[in-house]
Amino acid sequence: MRNLKLIIQREYLARVRNKTFIIMTFLSPLILVGMFALIAYLSMLNSSEQRIIGLYDETEMFASEFKDQEHVQYLDLSGKPLEEAKKMVNEQDYYGLIYIPENLNNNVEGVQFFGKESPGLGTIQAIEKTIADRLTREKLIERGIDVNQLNEARTEVRIEIQNFAGERTSKMSNYIKMFFGGAAGYLLMMFIIIYGNMVMRSVIEEKTNRIIEIIVSSVKPIQLMMGKVLGTSLAGITQFAIWVLLASVLAITSFYVLGIDIFTVQKSQLETVEQIAQPEIAQLVIDVINLPILSLVIFFLIYFIGGYFLYSAIYAAIGAAVDSETDTQQFMFPVILPLMLGIYVGFFSVIENPHGSISTIFSMIPLTSPIVMLMRIPFGVPWWELAISVGILIVTNFGVIWLAAKIYRVGILMYGKKASYKELFKWLKY
Amino acid sequence: MENLLVAENIYKQFGNFTALNNVSIAIPRGSIFGLLGPNGAGKTTLLRIINQITMPDKGQVYLDGTPLHPKDIAHIGYLPEERGLYKSMKVGEQALYLARLKGLSKTEAKERLEYWFEKLQIEGWWDKKIQELSKGMAQKIQFIITVLHRPKLLIFDEPFSGFDPVNAGLIKNEILQLKKEGATILFSTHRMESVEELCDYMALIHQSNKLLDGKVSEIKRAYKSNTYEVGLESENNTALLNELKEKFVIGNTNFKSINDDLKLTIQLNNGETPNQLLDYLIGKARINHFVEVIPSVNDIFIKTVTQNA
Repeated sequence: MRNLKLIIQREYLARVRNKTFIIMTFLSPLILVGMFALIAYLSMLNSSEQRIIGLYDETEMFASEFKDQEHVQYLDLSGKPLEEAKKMVNEQDYYGLIYIPENLNNNVEGVQFFGKESPGLGTIQAIEKTIADRLTREKLIERGIDVNQLNEARTEVRIEIQNFAGERTSKMSNYIKMFFGGAAGYLLMMFIIIYGNMVMRSVIEEKTNRIIEIIVSSVKPIQLMMGKVLGTSLAGITQFAIWVLLASVLAITSFYVLGIDIFTVQKSQLETVEQIAQPEIAQLVIDVINLPILSLVIFFLIYFIGGYFLYSAIYAAIGAAVDSETDTQQFMFPVILPLMLGIYVGFFSVIENPHGSISTIFSMIPLTSPIVMLMRIPFGVPWWELAISVGILIVTNFGVIWLAAKIYRVGILMYGKKASYKELFKWLKY
Repeated sequence: MENLLVAENIYKQFGNFTALNNVSIAIPRGSIFGLLGPNGAGKTTLLRIINQITMPDKGQVYLDGTPLHPKDIAHIGYLPEERGLYKSMKVGEQALYLARLKGLSKTEAKERLEYWFEKLQIEGWWDKKIQELSKGMAQKIQFIITVLHRPKLLIFDEPFSGFDPVNAGLIKNEILQLKKEGATILFSTHRMESVEELCDYMALIHQSNKLLDGKVSEIKRAYKSNTYEVGLESENNTALLNELKEKFVIGNTNFKSINDDLKLTIQLNNGETPNQLLDYLIGKARINHFVEVIPSVNDIFIKTVTQNA
């Protein structure tokens, strides 16, 4: 036990004192914020572009329908022959040309769009809607239906989503749940890969340094392996804690700037919302506050530790099986695969249906459960599902660590050989 | 208890390969024991078993008469053949860490390290990183770490490989010094001259089997073939040679001599003594040189290994 503590201490200090660790801890939040800012800036730049779209309307019905907007200007070219209009659009570098043929009522399919490149989906939908609306109106009038009456009769329904505990949610809050769940799952995957790799590199380092035999003459290989895994995980938790701290400081500062008192806005208090100048932002803030942030953080730690132990034991065994980092490729694929699967299941299945059977199954399978379950948690997961998932994870951990330790024990003393899967299997029996 | 370490009927298999087949050795307290064998014979596996790095499939190791226990690592110092240190860790920190893994307290380890650093005149290295040191320098540190916790049993696997002559000499002297202070030393090597020089006892392992063991002097006695190296001066060397050839098995040899000698090895027949040979030679020639041929460890090694091949 004393030795385990010494090893953990050494491994922890070796990770935390590393320059890359220090830089990454403080730089990556900045990079993240910077990236969001850049994306926001670029998309603003993109939409501020001026577009001119030519309109060639043989029916002469739509010229008044296509109204100029902030970024889109329509130019009526209907007078000229079609070929000339196309040539002009092309030469003038306009965005495109809408062609509406005669006899539209019988020939709805005949509408065409000419452009140098295929237009954005949004643009096409807007054009289709404009034409369809006009045609619908024509038809209604034809059949003697009063358009104003119809509009009055149209009823809008907005479903208010509420769980049994009486907490109100909105569509917006579903997006926020996805965002936070997805971010937590993704972060967990990155943590597992980054810290698992650290464990692997440190095993390889000890092998190539040839210090390993000196150490295992003092401690048991499994102690060394566990010390390494634990020490490195503490470094990971340190990094996570620093990030949570930074995020909290940032959040509290921004709440303060927006004028929201987080201590009064506990459970969606609409009165407070109304007092605020920007109600949308306030609603967003309330949705965020209503997220089970605390349980998300706690389960992030639980699943980080569980998932990280599982994977880093495998990483340690891989490190022991090879002689240099370049030899690790053949073993990396089976490790990355379940992680990627977890992410994809999370992004496709959980978002579609957070409590569907696929999401539930993958949040139980130990190799994917840390990621998938984390993505599900913001949507509310029953405690017994969490208990089963964590339970399976813990049991699997024992099994995998036991197997990994066997490979590790043999591998660290094998020099100059690149092991095959067959050999790894043999090592289990040594 | 006469023997500090006894390994009894050690058997170890890796898959289908038998690394050690029923090997036993006994190391008397206070002696230097040489474990000999060609590369791949199983020496390192045996050392690893003694260090509890690998577990034997069968057999038992006793230290001081009791079966080996995990806490015995505090009584054993091991310098493996494949040795190195953390490249990016400071020398002092690293030595302290490894010493504490052996069970020393922090203050104790620090005191002893300071003593050794002073002794080997490397006080200035404490805050250096291993990557700043030369290989020979790093080897000194490794040696210090091996002996720092004053183990009863010191195990060196190929201690002189990779050492330059200056450091090899230094390590040799330290080993002898440690023996004088009461330590028992086991080292494995395939360099025979170091066995000749240092070892009281030896064991020879070849292809996973122990072929030979015992006191070095006794083994040599057992292996000598009643052969003598002589330098003879006579009026007719050719006639003398022919005469001797009829009576004995004669071999060629070479040694330094200022005389114009006939240089021969003479193997006596069973039951004959050197005195009888001298009696026989005295009347025939002037005897400038007469030495018993004692087999070197190298000769014994080669002879045993080729016999069993």
